[in-house]
Amino acid sequence: MTSKNAPSASATSSPASEKSGLAYHLRRIWYLGQDVVLPVATFIALLILWEFCVKTFDIPVYLLPAPSVIYEETASEWSIVWGHTVATLITVLLGFGLSILISLPLGFALTSSRHVSNAIYPLLVLTQSIPKVALAPILVIAMGANELPRVAVTFLVAFFPLVIAIATGLLSVPADLIELSRSYKTNRVQELLRIRIPYAIPFIFSGLKAAIALAVVGAVVGEFVTSDRGLGYLIQTSTAFFRMPLAFGAMVLLSIMGIVLFQLVGIAERVFFPWSSSKQVFAS
Amino acid sequence: MPGRATTPSTEAQRVTSINITNASKVFESWDGEEIVALEDISLDIKENEFVSLVGPSGCGKSTMLRLLAGLILPTGGAVEIDGTPVKEPRKDTGIVFQQATLLPWKTILDNVLFPLSVMKEMKPDSEQIARDLLILAGLGGFEKKYPDELSGGMQQRAAICRALVHDPEILLMDEPFGALDALTREEMSLELLRIWTERPKTIVFVTHSITEAVLMSDRVVVMSARPGRIMEIIDVPIDRPRTFEVEASNDFQKCAQRIRYLITGK
Repeated sequence: MTSKNAPSASATSSPASEKSGLAYHLRRIWYLGQDVVLPVATFIALLILWEFCVKTFDIPVYLLPAPSVIYEETASEWSIVWGHTVATLITVLLGFGLSILISLPLGFALTSSRHVSNAIYPLLVLTQSIPKVALAPILVIAMGANELPRVAVTFLVAFFPLVIAIATGLLSVPADLIELSRSYKTNRVQELLRIRIPYAIPFIFSGLKAAIALAVVGAVVGEFVTSDRGLGYLIQTSTAFFRMPLAFGAMVLLSIMGIVLFQLVGIAERVFFPWSSSKQVFAS
Repeated sequence: MPGRATTPSTEAQRVTSINITNASKVFESWDGEEIVALEDISLDIKENEFVSLVGPSGCGKSTMLRLLAGLILPTGGAVEIDGTPVKEPRKDTGIVFQQATLLPWKTILDNVLFPLSVMKEMKPDSEQIARDLLILAGLGGFEKKYPDELSGGMQQRAAICRALVHDPEILLMDEPFGALDALTREEMSLELLRIWTERPKTIVFVTHSITEAVLMSDRVVVMSARPGRIMEIIDVPIDRPRTFEVEASNDFQKCAQRIRYLITGK
Protein backbone atom coordinates (compact mmCIF):
# COMPACT_ATOMS: atom_id res chain seq x y z
CA MET A 1 0.00 0.00 0.00
CA THR A 2 1.34 3.36 -1.01
CA SER A 3 -0.13 5.29 1.91
CA LYS A 4 2.46 3.79 4.31
CA ASN A 5 5.33 5.44 2.45
CA ALA A 6 3.77 8.88 2.36
CA PRO A 7 4.77 10.19 5.84
CA SER A 8 8.47 9.33 5.51
CA ALA A 9 8.62 10.98 2.11
CA SER A 10 7.21 14.26 3.40
CA ALA A 11 9.45 14.24 6.48
CA THR A 12 12.66 14.14 4.47
CA SER A 13 11.55 16.85 2.06
CA SER A 14 11.63 19.72 4.59
CA PRO A 15 15.25 20.81 5.21
CA ALA A 16 16.45 20.94 8.82
CA SER A 17 18.09 24.35 8.37
CA GLU A 18 14.70 26.09 8.25
CA LYS A 19 13.93 24.89 11.75
CA SER A 20 16.63 26.93 13.54
CA GLY A 21 17.14 30.63 14.09
CA LEU A 22 15.41 33.21 16.25
CA ALA A 23 13.05 34.39 13.52
CA TYR A 24 11.77 30.87 13.04
CA HIS A 25 11.10 30.41 16.77
CA LEU A 26 9.37 33.77 17.11
CA ARG A 27 7.15 32.96 14.15
CA ARG A 28 6.41 29.55 15.63
CA ILE A 29 5.47 31.02 19.02
CA TRP A 30 3.26 33.56 17.28
CA TYR A 31 1.47 30.84 15.28
CA LEU A 32 0.99 28.61 18.31
CA GLY A 33 0.11 31.45 20.64
CA GLN A 34 -2.20 33.64 18.63
CA ASP A 35 -5.25 31.62 19.70
CA VAL A 36 -4.39 32.55 23.29
CA VAL A 37 -2.56 35.84 22.86
CA LEU A 38 -5.24 37.64 20.83
CA PRO A 39 -8.23 37.07 23.14
CA VAL A 40 -6.14 37.74 26.28
CA ALA A 41 -4.73 40.96 24.79
CA THR A 42 -8.21 42.12 23.78
CA PHE A 43 -9.51 41.40 27.27
CA ILE A 44 -6.69 43.32 28.95
CA ALA A 45 -7.19 46.23 26.55
CA LEU A 46 -10.88 46.36 27.48
CA LEU A 47 -10.04 46.37 31.21
CA ILE A 48 -7.60 49.25 30.69
CA LEU A 49 -10.21 51.15 28.67
CA TRP A 50 -12.79 50.56 31.43
CA GLU A 51 -10.37 51.77 34.14
CA PHE A 52 -9.42 54.77 32.03
CA CYS A 53 -13.05 55.79 31.32
CA VAL A 54 -14.10 55.48 34.97
CA LYS A 55 -11.14 57.63 36.09
CA THR A 56 -11.38 60.21 33.28
CA PHE A 57 -15.14 60.79 33.37
CA ASP A 58 -15.27 60.46 37.16
CA ILE A 59 -18.07 57.86 37.07
CA PRO A 60 -19.50 57.36 40.59
CA VAL A 61 -18.72 53.97 42.15
CA TYR A 62 -22.42 53.00 42.56
CA LEU A 63 -22.88 53.29 38.78
CA LEU A 64 -19.75 51.52 37.60
CA PRO A 65 -16.73 50.72 39.80
CA ALA A 66 -13.30 50.58 38.18
CA PRO A 67 -11.67 47.15 37.81
CA SER A 68 -8.97 48.08 40.31
CA VAL A 69 -11.58 49.04 42.94
CA ILE A 70 -13.50 45.80 42.35
CA TYR A 71 -10.31 43.82 42.87
CA GLU A 72 -9.28 45.73 46.02
CA GLU A 73 -12.66 45.44 47.75
CA THR A 74 -13.10 41.77 46.87
CA ALA A 75 -9.56 40.90 47.95
CA SER A 76 -9.93 42.73 51.26
CA GLU A 77 -12.85 40.49 52.25
CA TRP A 78 -11.47 37.41 50.59
CA SER A 79 -12.19 34.88 53.38
CA ILE A 80 -15.88 35.86 53.45
CA VAL A 81 -16.12 35.90 49.63
CA TRP A 82 -14.43 32.50 49.42
CA GLY A 83 -17.00 31.01 51.82
CA HIS A 84 -19.82 32.30 49.62
CA THR A 85 -18.07 30.91 46.52
CA VAL A 86 -17.81 27.44 48.07
CA ALA A 87 -21.48 27.55 49.12
CA THR A 88 -22.57 28.35 45.55
CA LEU A 89 -20.22 25.74 44.11
CA ILE A 90 -21.80 23.06 46.32
CA THR A 91 -25.29 24.02 45.14
CA VAL A 92 -24.15 24.01 41.50
CA LEU A 93 -22.51 20.60 41.79
CA LEU A 94 -25.43 19.03 43.68
CA GLY A 95 -27.91 20.38 41.10
CA PHE A 96 -25.67 19.27 38.23
CA GLY A 97 -25.22 15.80 39.73
CA LEU A 98 -28.97 15.48 40.24
CA SER A 99 -29.50 16.54 36.62
CA ILE A 100 -27.22 13.74 35.41
CA LEU A 101 -28.82 11.15 37.71
CA ILE A 102 -32.30 12.00 36.48
CA SER A 103 -31.55 12.87 32.84
CA LEU A 104 -29.83 9.59 31.92
CA PRO A 105 -32.78 7.29 32.75
CA LEU A 106 -35.19 9.89 31.35
CA GLY A 107 -33.24 10.01 28.08
CA PHE A 108 -33.30 6.21 27.85
CA ALA A 109 -37.03 6.13 28.64
CA LEU A 110 -37.81 8.80 26.02
CA THR A 111 -36.08 6.77 23.31
CA SER A 112 -37.26 3.34 24.45
CA SER A 113 -40.72 3.51 22.94
CA ARG A 114 -43.13 5.91 21.34
CA HIS A 115 -45.72 5.41 24.10
CA VAL A 116 -43.27 6.31 26.87
CA SER A 117 -42.11 9.29 24.84
CA ASN A 118 -45.69 10.47 24.25
CA ALA A 119 -46.41 10.16 27.97
CA ILE A 120 -43.30 11.92 29.32
CA TYR A 121 -42.29 14.48 26.73
CA PRO A 122 -45.19 16.95 27.20
CA LEU A 123 -44.51 16.92 30.96
CA LEU A 124 -40.86 17.74 30.34
CA VAL A 125 -41.81 20.65 28.11
CA LEU A 126 -44.24 21.79 30.81
CA THR A 127 -41.43 21.93 33.42
CA GLN A 128 -39.52 24.17 31.02
CA SER A 129 -42.41 26.54 30.43
CA ILE A 130 -42.69 27.34 34.15
CA PRO A 131 -40.53 30.36 35.05
CA LYS A 132 -38.06 29.05 37.64
CA VAL A 133 -37.92 32.41 39.42
CA ALA A 134 -41.67 32.11 39.98
CA LEU A 135 -41.39 28.52 41.12
CA ALA A 136 -38.56 29.05 43.59
CA PRO A 137 -40.56 30.73 46.42
CA ILE A 138 -43.20 27.98 46.17
CA LEU A 139 -40.49 25.34 46.46
CA VAL A 140 -39.13 27.06 49.57
CA ILE A 141 -42.50 26.70 51.31
CA ALA A 142 -42.77 23.07 50.21
CA MET A 143 -39.19 22.01 50.94
CA GLY A 144 -38.15 24.35 53.73
CA ALA A 145 -35.51 27.07 53.90
CA ASN A 146 -32.50 24.84 53.34
CA GLU A 147 -30.25 23.57 50.53
CA LEU A 148 -33.01 21.46 48.99
CA PRO A 149 -35.05 24.14 47.16
CA ARG A 150 -31.85 25.69 45.74
CA VAL A 151 -30.69 22.31 44.41
CA ALA A 152 -34.20 21.69 43.04
CA VAL A 153 -34.20 25.01 41.15
CA THR A 154 -30.68 24.34 39.86
CA PHE A 155 -31.81 20.93 38.65
CA LEU A 156 -34.95 22.33 36.99
CA VAL A 157 -32.93 24.94 35.12
CA ALA A 158 -30.14 22.59 34.06
CA PHE A 159 -31.58 19.16 33.28
CA PHE A 160 -33.72 19.82 30.20
CA PRO A 161 -30.97 20.37 27.58
CA LEU A 162 -29.21 17.31 28.99
CA VAL A 163 -32.27 15.07 28.53
CA ILE A 164 -32.76 16.37 25.00
CA ALA A 165 -29.07 15.85 24.16
CA ILE A 166 -29.12 12.28 25.50
CA ALA A 167 -32.32 11.41 23.62
CA THR A 168 -31.01 13.02 20.41
CA GLY A 169 -27.73 11.14 20.71
CA LEU A 170 -29.42 7.79 21.31
CA LEU A 171 -31.69 8.33 18.30
CA SER A 172 -28.98 9.60 15.95
CA VAL A 173 -27.30 6.20 15.60
CA PRO A 174 -27.27 5.42 11.86
CA ALA A 175 -29.76 2.73 10.81
CA ASP A 176 -26.91 0.73 9.27
CA LEU A 177 -25.16 0.49 12.62
CA ILE A 178 -28.33 -0.81 14.28
CA GLU A 179 -28.82 -3.35 11.49
CA LEU A 180 -25.22 -4.40 11.82
CA SER A 181 -25.61 -5.02 15.53
CA ARG A 182 -28.92 -6.86 14.98
CA SER A 183 -27.30 -9.06 12.34
CA TYR A 184 -25.05 -10.29 15.16
CA LYS A 185 -28.10 -11.20 17.21
CA THR A 186 -27.73 -8.48 19.86
CA ASN A 187 -30.62 -7.91 22.27
CA ARG A 188 -31.91 -4.45 23.22
CA VAL A 189 -29.70 -4.11 26.30
CA GLN A 190 -26.57 -4.99 24.32
CA GLU A 191 -27.65 -2.60 21.60
CA LEU A 192 -28.05 0.19 24.17
CA LEU A 193 -24.79 -0.49 25.99
CA ARG A 194 -22.55 -1.35 23.06
CA ILE A 195 -23.92 0.84 20.27
CA ARG A 196 -26.35 3.55 21.32
CA ILE A 197 -24.71 4.90 24.49
CA PRO A 198 -21.15 5.05 23.10
CA TYR A 199 -22.50 6.65 19.94
CA ALA A 200 -24.36 9.25 22.02
CA ILE A 201 -21.28 10.25 24.06
CA PRO A 202 -20.42 13.39 22.03
CA PHE A 203 -24.09 14.47 22.22
CA ILE A 204 -24.24 13.74 25.96
CA PHE A 205 -21.17 15.89 26.53
CA SER A 206 -22.59 18.85 24.64
CA GLY A 207 -25.67 18.43 26.85
CA LEU A 208 -23.44 18.30 29.95
CA LYS A 209 -21.74 21.54 28.87
CA ALA A 210 -25.07 23.30 28.47
CA ALA A 211 -26.23 21.85 31.80
CA ILE A 212 -23.19 22.97 33.81
CA ALA A 213 -23.45 26.52 32.45
CA LEU A 214 -27.17 26.63 33.30
CA ALA A 215 -26.55 25.07 36.73
CA VAL A 216 -24.63 28.22 37.75
CA VAL A 217 -27.60 30.34 36.65
CA GLY A 218 -30.01 28.06 38.53
CA ALA A 219 -27.98 28.17 41.74
CA VAL A 220 -27.97 31.98 41.74
CA VAL A 221 -31.73 32.08 41.10
CA GLY A 222 -32.18 29.76 44.08
CA GLU A 223 -29.96 31.92 46.25
CA PHE A 224 -31.83 35.09 45.30
CA VAL A 225 -35.02 33.56 46.66
CA THR A 226 -33.79 31.80 49.76
CA SER A 227 -30.31 31.81 51.15
CA ASP A 228 -27.99 33.10 53.82
CA ARG A 229 -24.87 32.10 51.90
CA GLY A 230 -23.58 32.00 48.36
CA LEU A 231 -22.49 34.49 45.70
CA GLY A 232 -26.10 35.21 44.72
CA TYR A 233 -26.83 36.11 48.34
CA LEU A 234 -23.64 38.21 48.41
CA ILE A 235 -24.78 40.17 45.34
CA GLN A 236 -28.18 40.83 46.94
CA THR A 237 -26.79 42.00 50.28
CA SER A 238 -24.01 44.07 48.67
CA THR A 239 -26.37 45.92 46.36
CA ALA A 240 -28.73 46.54 49.29
CA PHE A 241 -25.89 48.48 50.93
CA PHE A 242 -24.66 50.02 47.62
CA ARG A 243 -21.41 48.06 47.91
CA MET A 244 -21.16 47.81 44.13
CA PRO A 245 -17.49 46.71 43.91
CA LEU A 246 -18.25 43.63 46.02
CA ALA A 247 -21.36 42.83 43.93
CA PHE A 248 -19.24 43.12 40.77
CA GLY A 249 -16.58 40.93 42.37
CA ALA A 250 -19.18 38.24 43.13
CA MET A 251 -20.39 38.46 39.53
CA VAL A 252 -16.85 38.03 38.21
CA LEU A 253 -16.36 35.00 40.47
CA LEU A 254 -19.61 33.51 39.18
CA SER A 255 -18.48 33.81 35.59
CA ILE A 256 -15.06 32.37 36.44
CA MET A 257 -16.83 29.47 38.14
CA GLY A 258 -18.98 28.92 35.04
CA ILE A 259 -15.99 29.01 32.70
CA VAL A 260 -13.87 26.67 34.86
CA LEU A 261 -16.68 24.13 35.29
CA PHE A 262 -17.47 24.25 31.57
CA GLN A 263 -13.82 23.64 30.71
CA LEU A 264 -13.61 20.80 33.25
CA VAL A 265 -16.47 19.03 31.47
CA GLY A 266 -14.60 19.48 28.18
CA ILE A 267 -11.36 18.16 29.72
CA ALA A 268 -13.22 15.14 31.17
CA GLU A 269 -14.49 14.38 27.68
CA ARG A 270 -11.05 14.62 26.11
CA VAL A 271 -9.46 12.48 28.83
CA PHE A 272 -12.05 9.71 29.10
CA PHE A 273 -13.43 9.69 25.55
CA PRO A 274 -10.61 10.91 23.29
CA TRP A 275 -12.39 9.61 20.18
CA SER A 276 -15.41 11.73 21.05
CA SER A 277 -13.82 15.18 21.09
CA SER A 278 -12.87 14.93 17.41
CA LYS A 279 -16.54 14.43 16.62
CA GLN A 280 -17.76 17.49 18.51
CA VAL A 281 -21.32 18.48 17.86
CA PHE A 282 -20.34 22.02 18.83
CA ALA A 283 -16.83 23.31 19.16
CA SER A 284 -16.12 24.16 22.78
CA MET B 1 -11.16 -22.90 -11.45
CA PRO B 2 -7.84 -23.28 -9.63
CA GLY B 3 -7.58 -22.20 -6.01
CA ARG B 4 -11.31 -22.10 -5.49
CA ALA B 5 -12.08 -25.62 -4.35
CA THR B 6 -12.83 -26.04 -0.66
CA THR B 7 -11.62 -29.01 1.34
CA PRO B 8 -12.90 -31.88 -0.78
CA SER B 9 -13.70 -34.28 2.07
CA THR B 10 -16.40 -32.10 3.63
CA GLU B 11 -17.76 -30.55 0.48
CA ALA B 12 -20.45 -33.17 0.09
CA GLN B 13 -21.98 -32.42 3.51
CA ARG B 14 -21.30 -28.70 3.72
CA VAL B 15 -23.22 -27.37 0.79
CA THR B 16 -24.43 -23.98 1.94
CA SER B 17 -27.00 -23.13 -0.65
CA ILE B 18 -29.51 -20.31 -0.64
CA ASN B 19 -33.00 -21.05 -1.95
CA ILE B 20 -35.47 -18.25 -2.49
CA THR B 21 -38.85 -19.54 -3.64
CA ASN B 22 -41.67 -17.21 -4.75
CA ALA B 23 -40.64 -14.74 -2.08
CA SER B 24 -42.40 -11.41 -1.79
CA LYS B 25 -42.13 -8.49 0.59
CA VAL B 26 -44.86 -5.93 1.10
CA PHE B 27 -44.24 -2.92 3.33
CA GLU B 28 -47.10 -1.02 4.84
CA SER B 29 -46.58 2.72 5.03
CA TRP B 30 -47.88 4.82 7.92
CA ASP B 31 -51.12 5.69 6.11
CA GLY B 32 -51.88 2.01 5.46
CA GLU B 33 -50.82 2.07 1.82
CA GLU B 34 -49.12 -1.12 0.69
CA ILE B 35 -45.80 -0.92 -1.11
CA VAL B 36 -44.70 -4.06 -2.94
CA ALA B 37 -40.92 -4.11 -2.61
CA LEU B 38 -40.39 -7.63 -3.94
CA GLU B 39 -42.77 -9.81 -5.92
CA ASP B 40 -42.45 -13.50 -6.72
CA ILE B 41 -38.67 -13.78 -6.41
CA SER B 42 -37.17 -17.20 -7.05
CA LEU B 43 -33.42 -17.67 -7.00
CA ASP B 44 -31.07 -20.47 -6.04
CA ILE B 45 -27.48 -19.70 -5.16
CA LYS B 46 -24.84 -22.41 -4.90
CA GLU B 47 -22.06 -22.69 -2.35
CA ASN B 48 -19.13 -20.33 -2.98
CA GLU B 49 -20.95 -18.68 -5.83
CA PHE B 50 -20.51 -14.95 -6.44
CA VAL B 51 -23.89 -13.49 -7.37
CA SER B 52 -24.59 -9.78 -8.02
CA LEU B 53 -27.93 -8.05 -7.84
CA VAL B 54 -28.24 -5.05 -10.14
CA GLY B 55 -31.17 -2.85 -11.06
CA PRO B 56 -32.54 0.67 -10.81
CA SER B 57 -33.13 2.35 -7.44
CA GLY B 58 -36.18 0.96 -5.70
CA CYS B 59 -35.97 -2.48 -7.32
CA GLY B 60 -35.70 -4.16 -3.94
CA LYS B 61 -32.04 -5.22 -4.12
CA SER B 62 -31.36 -4.14 -0.56
CA THR B 63 -34.67 -5.60 0.63
CA MET B 64 -33.62 -8.94 -0.81
CA LEU B 65 -30.29 -8.75 0.99
CA ARG B 66 -32.06 -7.98 4.28
CA LEU B 67 -34.33 -11.01 3.76
CA LEU B 68 -31.23 -13.17 3.36
CA ALA B 69 -29.68 -11.57 6.44
CA GLY B 70 -32.79 -12.35 8.48
CA LEU B 71 -33.20 -8.67 9.36
CA ILE B 72 -36.69 -8.68 7.85
CA LEU B 73 -39.09 -11.52 7.05
CA PRO B 74 -40.80 -12.22 3.71
CA THR B 75 -44.57 -11.60 3.54
CA GLY B 76 -44.94 -14.49 1.11
CA GLY B 77 -42.93 -17.43 -0.20
CA ALA B 78 -39.81 -18.80 1.42
CA VAL B 79 -36.20 -17.79 1.99
CA GLU B 80 -34.07 -20.76 3.01
CA ILE B 81 -30.41 -21.30 3.74
CA ASP B 82 -29.33 -24.93 3.88
CA GLY B 83 -32.98 -25.95 3.77
CA THR B 84 -33.87 -23.97 6.92
CA PRO B 85 -36.15 -20.94 6.65
CA VAL B 86 -34.38 -17.68 7.59
CA LYS B 87 -36.35 -16.35 10.56
CA GLU B 88 -33.69 -14.26 12.31
CA PRO B 89 -30.06 -13.27 11.71
CA ARG B 90 -27.87 -16.36 11.38
CA LYS B 91 -24.38 -16.80 12.74
CA ASP B 92 -23.11 -18.02 9.39
CA THR B 93 -23.80 -14.79 7.51
CA GLY B 94 -21.67 -11.68 7.45
CA ILE B 95 -22.89 -8.33 6.21
CA VAL B 96 -21.17 -5.26 4.71
CA PHE B 97 -22.99 -1.97 4.13
CA GLN B 98 -22.41 1.01 1.86
CA GLN B 99 -20.93 2.91 4.80
CA ALA B 100 -18.15 1.17 6.70
CA THR B 101 -20.22 1.53 9.93
CA LEU B 102 -17.15 1.04 12.10
CA LEU B 103 -17.54 1.97 15.75
CA PRO B 104 -15.58 5.22 16.14
CA TRP B 105 -14.73 4.45 19.78
CA LYS B 106 -13.00 1.15 19.01
CA THR B 107 -9.65 0.46 17.37
CA ILE B 108 -9.62 -1.25 13.98
CA LEU B 109 -8.69 -4.55 15.65
CA ASP B 110 -11.53 -4.27 18.18
CA ASN B 111 -13.94 -3.32 15.39
CA VAL B 112 -12.99 -6.47 13.50
CA LEU B 113 -13.44 -8.52 16.69
CA PHE B 114 -16.83 -6.90 17.43
CA PRO B 115 -19.01 -9.76 16.03
CA LEU B 116 -17.18 -12.35 18.11
CA SER B 117 -17.34 -10.16 21.18
CA VAL B 118 -21.12 -9.49 20.99
CA MET B 119 -21.88 -13.09 20.11
CA LYS B 120 -19.65 -14.15 23.05
CA GLU B 121 -17.50 -16.31 20.81
CA MET B 122 -14.09 -14.89 21.64
CA LYS B 123 -11.49 -17.64 21.66
CA PRO B 124 -7.77 -17.50 22.43
CA ASP B 125 -6.91 -17.47 18.73
CA SER B 126 -9.59 -14.94 17.73
CA GLU B 127 -7.20 -12.00 17.88
CA GLN B 128 -4.72 -13.77 15.63
CA ILE B 129 -7.52 -14.54 13.16
CA ALA B 130 -8.46 -10.86 13.09
CA ARG B 131 -4.83 -9.79 12.63
CA ASP B 132 -4.38 -12.26 9.76
CA LEU B 133 -7.54 -10.95 8.10
CA LEU B 134 -6.30 -7.36 8.40
CA ILE B 135 -3.00 -8.36 6.80
CA LEU B 136 -4.93 -10.16 4.03
CA ALA B 137 -6.88 -6.94 3.43
CA GLY B 138 -3.70 -4.86 3.33
CA LEU B 139 -4.30 -3.26 6.74
CA GLY B 140 -1.35 -4.80 8.60
CA GLY B 141 0.07 -2.20 11.02
CA PHE B 142 -3.24 -0.34 11.39
CA GLU B 143 -4.64 -2.59 14.16
CA LYS B 144 -4.39 0.04 16.90
CA LYS B 145 -5.61 2.97 14.79
CA TYR B 146 -9.08 4.44 15.15
CA PRO B 147 -11.50 4.45 12.19
CA ASP B 148 -11.31 8.21 11.58
CA GLU B 149 -7.54 7.89 11.13
CA LEU B 150 -8.14 5.72 8.05
CA SER B 151 -9.25 6.64 4.53
CA GLY B 152 -12.69 5.63 3.26
CA GLY B 153 -11.29 2.71 1.29
CA MET B 154 -9.30 1.43 4.27
CA GLN B 155 -12.36 1.72 6.53
CA GLN B 156 -14.36 -0.36 4.07
CA ARG B 157 -11.60 -3.00 4.00
CA ALA B 158 -11.80 -3.16 7.79
CA ALA B 159 -15.58 -3.56 7.54
CA ILE B 160 -15.05 -6.50 5.18
CA CYS B 161 -12.61 -8.05 7.68
CA ARG B 162 -15.24 -7.62 10.39
CA ALA B 163 -17.81 -9.44 8.24
CA LEU B 164 -15.33 -12.30 7.72
CA VAL B 165 -14.01 -12.67 11.28
CA HIS B 166 -16.52 -15.28 12.42
CA ASP B 167 -15.81 -17.22 9.20
CA PRO B 168 -19.36 -17.00 7.81
CA GLU B 169 -20.44 -19.23 4.93
CA ILE B 170 -22.32 -16.37 3.31
CA LEU B 171 -21.21 -12.78 2.79
CA LEU B 172 -23.95 -10.24 2.05
CA MET B 173 -22.72 -6.96 0.60
CA ASP B 174 -25.03 -3.97 0.12
CA GLU B 175 -23.29 -1.62 -2.32
CA PRO B 176 -20.09 -1.98 -0.30
CA PHE B 177 -18.06 0.31 -2.57
CA GLY B 178 -20.85 2.78 -3.34
CA ALA B 179 -19.42 5.51 -1.11
CA LEU B 180 -15.89 5.28 -2.52
CA ASP B 181 -14.31 7.27 -5.34
CA ALA B 182 -14.00 5.58 -8.73
CA LEU B 183 -10.30 4.68 -8.47
CA THR B 184 -10.54 3.26 -4.95
CA ARG B 185 -13.64 1.42 -6.05
CA GLU B 186 -11.82 -0.40 -8.86
CA GLU B 187 -8.95 -1.26 -6.58
CA MET B 188 -11.35 -2.58 -3.94
CA SER B 189 -13.25 -4.82 -6.34
CA LEU B 190 -10.03 -6.61 -7.34
CA GLU B 191 -9.08 -6.76 -3.66
CA LEU B 192 -12.39 -8.43 -2.82
CA LEU B 193 -11.90 -10.95 -5.63
CA ARG B 194 -8.45 -11.75 -4.26
CA ILE B 195 -9.79 -12.22 -0.70
CA TRP B 196 -12.65 -14.35 -2.06
CA THR B 197 -10.14 -16.56 -3.94
CA GLU B 198 -8.20 -17.13 -0.72
CA ARG B 199 -11.27 -17.55 1.50
CA PRO B 200 -14.07 -18.89 -0.71
CA LYS B 201 -17.58 -17.87 0.41
CA THR B 202 -21.00 -17.51 -1.07
CA ILE B 203 -21.23 -13.80 -1.85
CA VAL B 204 -24.41 -11.89 -2.65
CA PHE B 205 -23.32 -8.48 -3.87
CA VAL B 206 -25.69 -5.56 -4.45
CA THR B 207 -24.36 -2.86 -6.78
CA HIS B 208 -25.36 -0.05 -9.10
CA SER B 209 -22.33 -0.58 -11.30
CA ILE B 210 -22.80 -2.89 -14.29
CA THR B 211 -19.07 -3.30 -14.93
CA GLU B 212 -18.43 -4.07 -11.26
CA ALA B 213 -21.14 -6.75 -11.37
CA VAL B 214 -19.82 -8.40 -14.54
CA LEU B 215 -16.18 -8.21 -13.45
CA MET B 216 -16.81 -9.97 -10.15
CA SER B 217 -19.77 -12.31 -10.51
CA ASP B 218 -20.47 -15.83 -11.65
CA ARG B 219 -24.05 -14.72 -12.28
CA VAL B 220 -25.70 -11.31 -12.42
CA VAL B 221 -29.34 -11.02 -11.37
CA VAL B 222 -31.01 -8.09 -13.16
CA MET B 223 -34.03 -6.68 -11.35
CA SER B 224 -36.79 -4.26 -12.31
CA ALA B 225 -38.43 -1.70 -10.08
CA ARG B 226 -41.95 -1.30 -8.67
CA PRO B 227 -42.63 -4.04 -7.95
CA GLY B 228 -39.15 -5.55 -7.56
CA ARG B 229 -38.91 -8.56 -9.84
CA ILE B 230 -36.15 -10.62 -11.40
CA MET B 231 -35.97 -9.80 -15.12
CA GLU B 232 -33.18 -12.07 -16.13
CA ILE B 233 -30.23 -13.97 -14.68
CA ILE B 234 -27.07 -13.64 -16.74
CA ASP B 235 -24.18 -16.10 -16.61
CA VAL B 236 -20.74 -14.53 -16.90
CA PRO B 237 -18.63 -17.00 -18.88
CA ILE B 238 -15.24 -15.47 -18.08
CA ASP B 239 -12.38 -17.48 -16.56
CA ARG B 240 -10.87 -16.58 -13.21
CA PRO B 241 -8.71 -15.04 -11.92
CA ARG B 242 -10.01 -11.88 -13.55
CA THR B 243 -8.30 -8.52 -13.97
CA PHE B 244 -9.44 -5.30 -15.60
CA GLU B 245 -8.13 -6.63 -18.92
CA VAL B 246 -11.20 -8.87 -19.20
CA GLU B 247 -13.28 -5.71 -19.59
CA ALA B 248 -12.06 -5.51 -23.19
CA SER B 249 -13.14 -9.07 -23.99
CA ASN B 250 -16.15 -9.90 -26.12
CA ASP B 251 -17.89 -11.94 -23.42
CA PHE B 252 -17.59 -9.05 -20.96
CA GLN B 253 -19.01 -6.54 -23.43
CA LYS B 254 -21.87 -8.86 -24.35
CA CYS B 255 -22.84 -9.36 -20.69
CA ALA B 256 -22.57 -5.67 -19.88
CA GLN B 257 -24.60 -4.65 -22.93
CA ARG B 258 -27.32 -7.17 -22.17
CA ILE B 259 -27.62 -5.89 -18.57
CA ARG B 260 -27.64 -2.27 -19.70
CA TYR B 261 -30.35 -3.07 -22.24
CA LEU B 262 -32.47 -4.78 -19.61
CA ILE B 263 -32.19 -1.85 -17.19
CA THR B 264 -32.40 1.13 -19.54
CA GLY B 265 -34.16 -0.41 -22.55
CA LYS B 266 -31.39 0.89 -24.85
